[in-house]
Amino acid sequence: MINSKYFFQGFKSIKGLDSPALALGASFIAIGALLKNIGFNLEQSIFSTFLTYALPGSLVMAESFLVGASLINIFLAVWLVNTRLYPMTVSLMPLLLHKSQPRWKYYLSCHFIAVSAWLIMKSNYQSIEKKHRIDFWIGIGTGTWSIAIVSTIIGFLASDHLNKDMMIGLAIVNPVYFTCMMVGAMKSLQINLSIILGAILGPAFFFISPEWSILYGGVSAGTIAYFIGEFK
Amino acid sequence: MSEISNNIILVILVTSFATYLSRFLGVVSSEKIKETTKIFKWFNCIAYSVLAALIARMVIFPAGELAESGVFIRLFVVAVSVVIFQFTKKNLVYPTILSAILLSLLNSYL
Repeated sequence: MINSKYFFQGFKSIKGLDSPALALGASFIAIGALLKNIGFNLEQSIFSTFLTYALPGSLVMAESFLVGASLINIFLAVWLVNTRLYPMTVSLMPLLLHKSQPRWKYYLSCHFIAVSAWLIMKSNYQSIEKKHRIDFWIGIGTGTWSIAIVSTIIGFLASDHLNKDMMIGLAIVNPVYFTCMMVGAMKSLQINLSIILGAILGPAFFFISPEWSILYGGVSAGTIAYFIGEFK
Repeated sequence: MSEISNNIILVILVTSFATYLSRFLGVVSSEKIKETTKIFKWFNCIAYSVLAALIARMVIFPAGELAESGVFIRLFVVAVSVVIFQFTKKNLVYPTILSAILLSLLNSYL
């Protein structure tokens, strides 16, 4: 059903020098502590990371819950911040699709699409034969997802011992990890431009519409980069 | 089960559904998109720029604890981390650990 050789090859990506383990761990330790502080119990915190597994969405959920937002408002706020997962999925899944593989693998494993697993897959897929890429991906996803769940537990249990400066230190790890991964992914004109323009336009649109700035900035930057790359 | 507890479970379920929806629709669309097409390349550019926009926003206009540190301190820490990343042959462990220590220290003493 799942080829264990490729699954474990993917799973092992959480070891080594380019491992996302530290960054993911730091972020989900912070999430675990945050969920405890807003009144979740341990089981609910685990359940949340288990089912959601997307950091910005969990943060938005926590903030909305804290101010007593309605379920509809929580749905809309989370959906909006997580719409980035749509272009991420569309730019990953065609690389993994193979006619010999059952479709349920794709619909189930899309749950693992989050920045760290996505960036690892994008920089490694070419070294894996297309037929086996989905099993490799399920391995990466299971590995990163497990780290997120274990770290949520650690964060929940350790929350009383984490002071404010430590929480701030933990919070910077994730953006730093992502920035380094993005710098490492800058290998073609189109991608370089997409990343640089996205980093400029995203915050720029924040002054016009904070809620929509990531989507407006990202879509316009990506479209400009695409056309410049095509006509160069 | 208390009302608050039921409410938390509903909040988690709604959050999970809102998150899975974009992933699910992405797989549905992927069935029709070949990796060699222009539309795939366009989505690829958008995916990278949306992520860059998200990361830049996390650093410049953060939510939560990070907002309590200065923006120039955060930008300085990110810049130092990228330099370390480049000088250590793209090792991700050093810059991530150092960034946490550096920001905690700068935030306490500046």
